[in-house]
Amino acid sequence: MVVKADILFAKGTREMLKIHYFASLREQMGRECDDLVLPDNVFNVAELIDSIKQSDAIFKDVFASTPKILVAVNQVVVSKDCQLSEDDEIAFFPPMTGG
Amino acid sequence: MISVQHEDFNIGVEYESLRSLAVSPGAIVTFTGLVRQIYDQDSESEVVQALYLEHYPGMTEQKLTDIQNQAHSEWEILESKIIHRVGELKADDQIVFVGVASRHREDGFLAAQYMMDFLKSEAPFWKKQRTEKDNKWVNSRNSDLKAIRKWR
Repeated sequence: MVVKADILFAKGTREMLKIHYFASLREQMGRECDDLVLPDNVFNVAELIDSIKQSDAIFKDVFASTPKILVAVNQVVVSKDCQLSEDDEIAFFPPMTGG
Repeated sequence: MISVQHEDFNIGVEYESLRSLAVSPGAIVTFTGLVRQIYDQDSESEVVQALYLEHYPGMTEQKLTDIQNQAHSEWEILESKIIHRVGELKADDQIVFVGVASRHREDGFLAAQYMMDFLKSEAPFWKKQRTEKDNKWVNSRNSDLKAIRKWR
C-alpha cells in the first residue's frame, strides 16, 4: 500500500514521532530529524521503515545503499519487531565507532 | 562518574580524584585513548589530520552509565570514571579516559577493559576523519565486536 508523504509528515493535533538521523545517515538524508504521525497501519519498527520507504525516495535509497543500520527507540537500541507508540523517539544510525 | 565533553582532560587530576574518592583503594587502573596519526583500515594506511566525533546526546550518557553500572556489578570496584570527548580533535589528542579504583589490581584491570570494550561498540559515538585525500566516516571494526563477545 502506498502511503502518501503529506499524510506521513502532516502536522496536526496528534502526537508526533520524532525521528533522528546520525553520522553518515544524517549526511545522506540531508537533515537531522523528521516529525511524523504514526500511520494507523504501522505497529513496529520494520513496518515504520517500510512505510517511510514508500513515501521518501531518499530514505529508500539510504536504506538500500547502507550495509548496516541500527535503530533505537527512546534511546535504546532495539530489533525491528519493537512495538511503537505515537510519541516515541526513533533514531537511525550506522554501527558505533567510539573510543 | 560520566562526562561527555568537548574540553581536554588531565589524567593527573582524574587519578587524584579517583584516589581521594575511593575508600582505601589498593589499585588505580587508568586507560587513555588517543587519536591515531596513522589510521589503518581495509589494508590502507592514511595520515589523519583531524577527527570529528558525533554523538547522540542523552542516549550516550545513559549508555555509558549502564556500562559503568554493569562493571560495578561484575567486579569489586570502588570508584570509576569515564570521559569521552566529542567535536573536533586533532591527531595525538586525548579522546577517551577510563579510570577504576579497586581494592585489588585484577578487578581494576578487568573492569577498565570491560568498560572500554563496550564503550567502543555500544555507546553512540561516530568518528569522521579528515585525511589529505578526503573526509570519511570510520567503519566499525570486527575486532571491536569480537572484543565484546569475549565477555558474554
